[in-house]
Amino acid sequence: MQSLDMAATDLREVNATLQAQAAQTNQTEWVIENPRGSHAVAVGLDAPIHVTVKGSTGYYCAGMNAQATVHVQGSVGPGVAENMMSGEVIIDGDASQYAGATGHGGLLNIKGNASSRCGISMKGIDIVVHGNIGHMSAFMAQKGNLVVLGDAGDALGDSLYEARLFVRGSVKSLGADCIEKEMRPEHLEILADLLTRAGADATPEEFRRYGSARKLYNFNIDHIDEY
Amino acid sequence: MDKTPQTEPRQSWTFSREVNAEIRRAAATGIYDIRGGGAKRRVPHFDDLLFLGASMSRYPLEGYREKCDTSVTLGTRFAKKPIELKIPITIAGMSFGALSGQAKEALGRGATMAGTSTTTGDGGMTEEERGHSEKLVYQYLPSRYGMNLHDLRRADAIEIVVGQGAKPGGGGMLLGQKITERVAGMRDLPQGIDQRSACRHPDWTGPDDLEIKILELREITGWQVPIYIKVGGARPYYDTALAVKAGADVVVLDGMQGGTAATQDVFIEHVGQPTLACIRPAVQALQDLGMHREVQLVVSGGIRSGADVAKALALGADAVAIGTAALVALGDNDPKWEAEYQALGTTHGAYDDWHEGRDPAGITTQHPELGARLDPVAAGRRLRNYLNVMTLECQTLARACGKSHVLNLEPEDLCALTMEAAAMAKVPLAGTDWYPGKPGF
Ligand SMILES: Cc1cc2nc3c(=O)[nH]c(=O)nc-3n(C[C@H](O)[C@H](O)[C@H](O)COP(=O)(O)O)c2cc1C
Repeated sequence: MQSLDMAATDLREVNATLQAQAAQTNQTEWVIENPRGSHAVAVGLDAPIHVTVKGSTGYYCAGMNAQATVHVQGSVGPGVAENMMSGEVIIDGDASQYAGATGHGGLLNIKGNASSRCGISMKGIDIVVHGNIGHMSAFMAQKGNLVVLGDAGDALGDSLYEARLFVRGSVKSLGADCIEKEMRPEHLEILADLLTRAGADATPEEFRRYGSARKLYNFNIDHIDEY
Repeated sequence: MDKTPQTEPRQSWTFSREVNAEIRRAAATGIYDIRGGGAKRRVPHFDDLLFLGASMSRYPLEGYREKCDTSVTLGTRFAKKPIELKIPITIAGMSFGALSGQAKEALGRGATMAGTSTTTGDGGMTEEERGHSEKLVYQYLPSRYGMNLHDLRRADAIEIVVGQGAKPGGGGMLLGQKITERVAGMRDLPQGIDQRSACRHPDWTGPDDLEIKILELREITGWQVPIYIKVGGARPYYDTALAVKAGADVVVLDGMQGGTAATQDVFIEHVGQPTLACIRPAVQALQDLGMHREVQLVVSGGIRSGADVAKALALGADAVAIGTAALVALGDNDPKWEAEYQALGTTHGAYDDWHEGRDPAGITTQHPELGARLDPVAAGRRLRNYLNVMTLECQTLARACGKSHVLNLEPEDLCALTMEAAAMAKVPLAGTDWYPGKPGF
């Protein structure tokens, strides 16, 4: 176990050290002590390492993560795991706005709540939120799965493309072109797998599925009110 | 019997044939006009400025013999590896998707031969472009299509796009016809849909957030490469000041004549300020912050010749970027395709339905047969020639003003032909020592 103490080590050195780890590194276990709400902690990692962050972080924790597992034992500021490529990011606490924004792959596992615009413009990432999510979540979401064990705020899935949204609790309102869709066996299967990987205490049958009505995919004057 | 004299049929200036045609088109289709290119209306521009040249009080440099340097370095503020260019003219960001792979390759080839950089665009980085561009600026756009760690780390600079001159406050647009399998794959979207990319970034709002976003990008790229911020010509003084505050190495400022791949005509023609009006306020902001030449200013929007380049530099820019002119150099709107332009209901020079993907010149298309019309090697050579001509023209003007480096050009070398241009450029109206707004008058 390697330790990086942010009370004594600056951000540049922390990130440079973690980024320098190669695919074959045998130093796979890392701990970051005293993150003290710093921004851009553990960003741009690209090796199969496991990083535990002991405390809360600021903006863009684990931004653009690839391969690595980043486990934050606290809460995170805006844009956690933004544009994540692969790997896993686990948040024990809550996440602020834009969690998982534009993520291309990997699993973002938020044990608490996520604020507004969770999964905005997501492009293949899987996001599991054990609590609730805020308004405008999955705005323009293109690809991937967003699973919410709690409730969703206003305008869920506005201008959605092909991402799948699964919500167990209530949905305050659906955004433009987002509709409830039939839960078919293949969806239950995807959901079961995600719930298991995220260690979530729920069964797929408790969820409803939402997706794109695909009415805004090509301009049509009869849908003018939605534009 | 003599015919009674009649008045000539008279067209209304307000309701011109052009205006009425647009009303009929709107009434028939129910959708606004979408097109490519920049503002077509005439606005005060570099043509309204003249160089004074050398005279009794300043001596010129000998053409071809006395050196007139054209090199510029962008990104000297924070980046460990600034971008060194042989000429002060760069290729602006144009998306793969809007442009064909062949066109992107040609831009890379031409720019590299001329010693300058090229820029990706909405839609991500292509191998054609990375492979043929010695210096490639990677755009970081609201859509984040194709954005990934690997490409970010092989970019020579990163350009965060806040806005574009053609549409400050507007997002991107790529209509279904151009969303081929390859384009769709790069953007993680279904094929054939109309794709409207966001007008705001998904994970930050405002300059305070942007400062943190820049920190993140620098941490990811090890503080190696410059970070540019591109803004449309909206509020150039404040936008430049805030870009500096957010931590930019370079500010790219794109005036309203700046081209676009596809946007509503109403946006292109009615939002933003002319390029000429944007430069002095931006330079003023840099000077007020003590950052002129420290944070470099790249100006774009309607740059066509070495004279335009020289005038932009004289007003305080460090370099310029070209979009439309580069496409014309590759072969866009070439009269040799006139019969095909006619068949599309247009004529060479006016063809701007780039979003439809039927470009006879094979540049703004994803159609394989049309794309194959553009030979990237020959087109790249044309672009290099054109860049060289612009550079020579710029040097000619700089030498005439007695400058051994094109960046030594200054507002004092200029006068204006119109009151408007004088006011915008803050240089005297020709024949006077006055410009509107000059302190003390
Ligand atoms: C075909 C085309 C595609 C463009 N795509 C982008 C883009 O993806 N991102 C961007 O920031 N600007 C884009 N632009 C704008 C250019 O980067 C640049 O600001 C503009 O073309 C400069 O003005 P000019 O065309 O008069 O030289 C595009 C312009 C054109 C002509």
